[in-house]
Amino acid sequence: MTQATTRAAISGRSREHIAQRLAADLRDGFVVNLGVGIPLLIPPYIPPDVEVILHAENGVLGLGPLAPPGQEDPDLTDAGKQPITLVTGAAIVDSAMSFAVVRGGHLDVTVLGALQVSARGDLANWYVPGRNPAVGGAMDLVAGAREVWVVMEHADRAGRPKIVEECTFPLTGREVVTRVYTDLAVFHIVDGELRLIECAPGITPAAVRERTAAPYTEDLGAEG
Amino acid sequence: MIDKFRADPAAALAVIPSGATLAVGGFGSSGRPDTLLDTLCDLDRRDLHVIVNNVGGDFTGIGRLLAEGRIRRLTASFPVLPEFYDEYFAGRVELELIPQGTLAERLRAGGAGIPAFFTPSGAATMLADGTFPLGYRADGEVATLMPERERREFGGREHILEYGIVADFALVKAHKSDPRGNLRFRLSARNFNPLAAMSGRHTFAEVEHLVGIGELEPDDIHLPGVFVNEVLLTSPESPKQPATAEHSS
Repeated sequence: MTQATTRAAISGRSREHIAQRLAADLRDGFVVNLGVGIPLLIPPYIPPDVEVILHAENGVLGLGPLAPPGQEDPDLTDAGKQPITLVTGAAIVDSAMSFAVVRGGHLDVTVLGALQVSARGDLANWYVPGRNPAVGGAMDLVAGAREVWVVMEHADRAGRPKIVEECTFPLTGREVVTRVYTDLAVFHIVDGELRLIECAPGITPAAVRERTAAPYTEDLGAEG
Repeated sequence: MIDKFRADPAAALAVIPSGATLAVGGFGSSGRPDTLLDTLCDLDRRDLHVIVNNVGGDFTGIGRLLAEGRIRRLTASFPVLPEFYDEYFAGRVELELIPQGTLAERLRAGGAGIPAFFTPSGAATMLADGTFPLGYRADGEVATLMPERERREFGGREHILEYGIVADFALVKAHKSDPRGNLRFRLSARNFNPLAAMSGRHTFAEVEHLVGIGELEPDDIHLPGVFVNEVLLTSPESPKQPATAEHSS
């Protein structure tokens, strides 16, 4: 921890810019589930020529923007219980069908926040021991989605790296994460191996390595 | 002639005893059968095992059952209400924490005659390895752990065994019902309701509109009345709450 505090403060991507960076990797036709936090900042940044079907755990396929004030419908919410709208062509299903979509491999990507990600793609994001446990759909999403993309700050509030050799928080799933987008860098996890793909503008590979508590290879300039 | 409409919720729900296991529909306040839940409180039923995705964010619905000390065990994925956890850590209510998709499938499976199934959700986590506290003692020590799940590999991946849930009773909410109990839901208020209804050996549905036989087209029925025993009109005293933010994954 003292090590962390002695590190020079550096400024990488903002939360909005992390969301924007991830949005650039979404492909036309993807079915995508967005978790709470930074993932919910993504929709405005999805390129106009990329049509993505947004899925919500409570049975919505074709999530639109939040409902404007005065037009909320108590029968239409997202998984965070926010009042939403639907896009034209949306579908509504029950919770078992919704998770058949998730578990059955019909989600191209789930985008989630994280407490920790390990070098081989273990994810911890559901529970801080001592706090109130709740899991929601996180374990189904990481078990079922074809790709699990994590968006998070590179370090926690105390400056400790969140990319680690072994997660110390309880796992959501083992060897499930395929990409990590942080304020400092983009990593891919391929066949259990962590690779640095890109540094954020103004961030050096050395600065990323100093703030990452797991071994990885550098694959800079590879296709993002 | 089949007519499942009932006028008096208290008379209908009187068959539910204290100690019963109840599957309840709803996702937060969306699609939650508040009239039935209020009736259960008014009937002073206690010691209930409630299976529902979440408690909600306030003391209405499941929250009222909790506030009045009527729940023995909650099976849920996302309890939310902080006061629920106070009761849990104080040893006054048990928590069987289940991944949301597993909860939905357990209800569906129970109603579909599938006693158990393997799923990848939750494998290699503390919800499967027998370390998650099901209940605490009054002194704050762990009293009981959730049982360790049986494991089996399929296609090189670890899966865990989960059991179908057959509840004594189910309480659900729908948009419309005809006299046969054929149900139609509205938008995302559908959520867990069809699955909870399937899980119940005896299922009560509260609905916003009672319609005549034939008014629902066969192709437009989301859940056939074979899964529904009694239908009640939702009370005007249980207005739908505006959607509010409750942090959920």
